Amino acid sequence: MTQAGREGVRAGLATRLAGAAVPALPFLWLVVFFLVPFVIVVKISLSDPASAMPPYRPLFACCGWEQVRGFIEGLDFESFETLFGDDLYVRAAASSVRIAAVSTLLLLLVGFPMAYAMARAPVRWRPALVAVVIVPFWTSFLIRVYAWIGILKPEGLLNQSLAALGIADAPLMLLNTETAVYIGIVYAYLPFMVLPLYAVLEKLDPSLLEAAEDLGAPGWRAFWSVTVPLAVPGVVAGSLLCFIPIVGEFVIPDLLGGSETLMIGRTLWAEFFSNRDWPLASAVAIVLLAILVIPIVIYRDVEARRMEGGR
Amino acid sequence: MSDLLSPVREMPTRSANSPLIRFERVAKRFGEVTAVDGVSLDIQEGEFFCLLGPSGCGKTTLMRMLAGFEEPDSGRVVLGGEDLAGTPPHRRPVNMMFQSYALFPHLTVTANIAFGLKQEGRRKAEIAERVAEMLRLVQLEPCATRYPHQLSGGQRQRVALARALAKRPKVLLLDEPLGALDRKLREETQFELKEMQARLGTTFLVVTHDQQEAMAMADRIAVMDRGRVVQVGSPSEIYEAPVSRFVAQFLGDVNLLEGRVRGREGELWVVEGPAAPEGLLVEGAETGLAQGQEVAVAVRPEKMVLHREPPTGWGNLLSGEVADLSYLGDWSVVRVRLDTGETVRVSRQNATRSVQAPIARRERVYVSFRPDAAVVLAP
Repeated sequence: MTQAGREGVRAGLATRLAGAAVPALPFLWLVVFFLVPFVIVVKISLSDPASAMPPYRPLFACCGWEQVRGFIEGLDFESFETLFGDDLYVRAAASSVRIAAVSTLLLLLVGFPMAYAMARAPVRWRPALVAVVIVPFWTSFLIRVYAWIGILKPEGLLNQSLAALGIADAPLMLLNTETAVYIGIVYAYLPFMVLPLYAVLEKLDPSLLEAAEDLGAPGWRAFWSVTVPLAVPGVVAGSLLCFIPIVGEFVIPDLLGGSETLMIGRTLWAEFFSNRDWPLASAVAIVLLAILVIPIVIYRDVEARRMEGGR
Repeated sequence: MSDLLSPVREMPTRSANSPLIRFERVAKRFGEVTAVDGVSLDIQEGEFFCLLGPSGCGKTTLMRMLAGFEEPDSGRVVLGGEDLAGTPPHRRPVNMMFQSYALFPHLTVTANIAFGLKQEGRRKAEIAERVAEMLRLVQLEPCATRYPHQLSGGQRQRVALARALAKRPKVLLLDEPLGALDRKLREETQFELKEMQARLGTTFLVVTHDQQEAMAMADRIAVMDRGRVVQVGSPSEIYEAPVSRFVAQFLGDVNLLEGRVRGREGELWVVEGPAAPEGLLVEGAETGLAQGQEVAVAVRPEKMVLHREPPTGWGNLLSGEVADLSYLGDWSVVRVRLDTGETVRVSRQNATRSVQAPIARRERVYVSFRPDAAVVLAP
């Protein structure tokens, strides 16, 4: 083989390695930052709580058949049994799903008109409007939720304004209620609903609506029979993008909600930090994940179909 | 010009009563831009009518005013004797085939065609029957259950046509109907559309920037330029007797020889100019031109004849040398640089497969044309 030929082969190999590295990188990322921590959490959930540091046992044993066997024998499903035996956890999970579902519906009701208005705005305004939706991200999420305490508390901005305008005599008791939680969630998650909806509506060919009108559909019927069905991928994407993290939401119910607002994220936090029952907390985390796998699978399915069906 | 092979086509028989569509001094502005500038136009029932012009000439705006997507700032749009002002698009008895086709991507071919019928609240059986009829008309029965993205460009065009025709509109509006098709398909579709229009008897109003397309399909053409209609007539009238340089140049190829009117010689105008100091003779009615007025003599390339020796006889004669030749298969185009400096294009039909002693570059040639082959254009 000539020198040039050998170099050619080597270059080909390098290209092929580089080609393999591209899909391997995100895969590696997932293994290191998702799969490994998840395995650790599973392991902790199968352990028993202990007054030690770390507060569970058995610890990972190494190097020796007896030790490994003892380690495996130390694992059990006790935490999961507690979890399903105590209706507090079942209620927390159900309540989380309910709050997430109602919030998603509210987000859709607020987000769709916003996204629609943005998509129909003059082209030169649209980048500015998108920026306005994104701007809140420049401030810390925590600070923005805290700001709502200032607005909603009995002597807060909202009640002062209402009193000044003479609308309400007695202050509204919003803070530490489920209503406050909904307000906080809708506020915080709105961009995640608006942006996917906007992406779909903005691409919608305006001549489709004209065609519907031309064929005899008045404006509102053209909207229902053309715009709405074509916005479905955006509705699904936005809803799941909101629903999934809201189920596990901790900060908003903790800061704005009262003691009666039961959410699985809060329960998890309490088990972890107040009760220091790491195995039980890990079990809660795994159940939460199991609840969310269903909508994630739906989301992936819809996305895949959209990619295939795309023009 | 009344022999059997006359290029001037018979005008479609007009009904004695009022036209189906009438634009009356219609104007439309978008901000600073005047899109349509006082257009008056009558279109008869059953006509295949073409609005032809370069992009931005206002032809699409004019059509959209008939569909109801734009309201005129002034003037009236009348359909079947009824002023359309204030009637929303969904109540107008016209349907449009959009340039992008605007097929509903979430609906099958059948559902696309049925869309308009459903809006009318017809019975299911009736809709199904009509859809089947339309599918037959555009020969798309095998594609009934497909979605638009599963169709070829030509098939989509036919679905759009079927959908627009399904409601039996009084007028079918077609916005650049063949624009998205490749050349071969475009030519086939031209004939199909023409044949379909003749069979259905529906009035077709087509917007296009393609003069060849307009000439091939239309009974009458309105040529538009900068918001105004500059000429209305049959394709042959517009091609053979253009009223302005713009029309002459927009439809087909033309040689323009600049000059001044010297006077009249019997039935003919005499125009003198740099290309012909002794004067060119051009047939034309005795109207509208003053002595000394600056004009152009317009001659189509196929109406000029090329000679090696100066021909004897009657007509206009120019001399020069061959600048270049292009062989196009059916035609050859010869560019001749005249002794006076202008360049003219002469086209010749390649009637035989081989030519004895073909014309070569730099060869000295003579170009003649008959007085009735040319037109004097003032504007």
